Amino acid sequence: MNIYEEDILDHYQNPSNYGDLEDADISYEEDNPLCGDKIHMDLKIEDGIIQDIRFHGYGCTISQAAASMLTEEIKGKPVEEVKKLTRDDILEMLGIPLGPVRLKCGLLALKVLKAGIYGIKEWPGEEEE
Amino acid sequence: MHLEQSKIPVIGEKPMNIDPYRSLKVETIRKDFPIFEAHDNPPLIYLDSAASSLTPLCVIDAMNEYYLNYRSNIHRGIYQISEEATARYEEARKKIARFINSRRSSQIIFTRNTTESINLVAYSWGDANIREGDEILVTVMEHHSNLIPWQLLAQRTGAKLRFIEVTDEGLLQLEDLDGLLTERTKLVAITHVSNVLGTINPVQSITAAAHQVNAKVIIDAAQSVPHLPIDVQQIDCDFLAFSGHKMCGPTGVGVLYGKRDLLEQMPPFLGGGSMIRSVERERSTYAELPAKFEAGTPGIAEAIGLGAAVDYLSDIGLDAIQAHEQEILEYAYQILSEIDGITLYGPKPRQRAGALTFNINGIHPHDLAGILDGDGVAVRAGHHCAQPLMQKYGVIATARASFYLYNKLEEVDRLYDGLLKAQKLFTRRRR
Repeated sequence: MNIYEEDILDHYQNPSNYGDLEDADISYEEDNPLCGDKIHMDLKIEDGIIQDIRFHGYGCTISQAAASMLTEEIKGKPVEEVKKLTRDDILEMLGIPLGPVRLKCGLLALKVLKAGIYGIKEWPGEEEE
Repeated sequence: MHLEQSKIPVIGEKPMNIDPYRSLKVETIRKDFPIFEAHDNPPLIYLDSAASSLTPLCVIDAMNEYYLNYRSNIHRGIYQISEEATARYEEARKKIARFINSRRSSQIIFTRNTTESINLVAYSWGDANIREGDEILVTVMEHHSNLIPWQLLAQRTGAKLRFIEVTDEGLLQLEDLDGLLTERTKLVAITHVSNVLGTINPVQSITAAAHQVNAKVIIDAAQSVPHLPIDVQQIDCDFLAFSGHKMCGPTGVGVLYGKRDLLEQMPPFLGGGSMIRSVERERSTYAELPAKFEAGTPGIAEAIGLGAAVDYLSDIGLDAIQAHEQEILEYAYQILSEIDGITLYGPKPRQRAGALTFNINGIHPHDLAGILDGDGVAVRAGHHCAQPLMQKYGVIATARASFYLYNKLEEVDRLYDGLLKAQKLFTRRRR
């Protein structure tokens, strides 16, 4: 199993939905102080549907690729879907196992999204603990 | 008084003496470290000793022997195994005193690690001696463990932190020292060897300069005691702190060395068992050194293990270890500097110890570390607990390879191969 799968590198080097939304309804960003990864998310929401989404930031391949994959996944879906997304969904999107340190890189995008929309500040997977 | 960073290599202020005929028998040394046998495919290429070193079997055996044969508490038991435990614990203290040439073994305080040693000084000596308007001089290259305790002390007392800057080359800007040391300076807190840059600071000269304005000096020796011969009396520092786990010892034990008169004047840090002479309802009197600063049951096995580590390092010889590390560092510096787009931080070999920090254009250090890990090469990536230094160089993170007595030149080749592999992976895809 290679942490640098083609798919992950593709998303890292040619990310989907990269940039800003000028008329965003929700803008939120956060960093992962352990490694300095940072992700900013902009969302346009109409009738409870995520009409548009953009992200930008910096950091390692895993953090940026996960953000790119996640924006693809939720664009056009109801906002409520985001709440249901879990740590395992992100791991499935990435398609590789992650150790505890890199897991935070992978989960940062989902954390930003949940914090921006719902004010949930915990790391995905730790809410119930 | 004017200080300049010496042009010749400095190790404890002496010219570095490298004798190629005293080189280490690395293959023999590696047999002392059972972890290498546990990872034969791919073999473990451990280049993160600046974070924590590997543990030789003799250290593990010494700790096992305690648990298997004389497991008991120290200092109070009036029975054979407790007396043996006490004797071995105190014997470890004497070994450490000899290792750094402390005049008395009672000047060796066992703590959990460097961080706790520094905090002990910050709370005990600091709260009793630092007042509003006083200045604490630190450097931009400090590990957070030798910065945050002083930030907290400054916040408690109204004292001010001042900084010795770092040059682009990674040396302390010592021409500023004259202006920074004033009668307001009460403490100079400085690292001996930078955990990021590998820079070896001229701590003996800095200590002498600090003493001219009556400032005390604490040295963070976490990265020097494992790698260089240290003589606290020669340096003349007031305090010196280091960790067992970076010098082939176990985790959970560290050391604070202090000058006797200072340690005797200082109030206790932690209160509890062992550190008292007599206790009444409202007040107590405290034990003599070193017990005054060792409240509660300490890491007994860990201290004994550290004693064994000191024996191990002394038998091999710090001079030989240092020469070996320099050989690897020079080779690593040479071949890594040939990589396109690499930035190597810190001074050139022979002015530094064996931690080599770098970045490669366009590849996040976490990705470098991740790709290297795929081939069994362990390096560190991140801010290395030195964020002000990262800010000085305008980077968020870097990758670091660090070397110790068990590393081989071939392992540097694997590091090099891994970095090229990472670069290939990232560049062939660039549009």
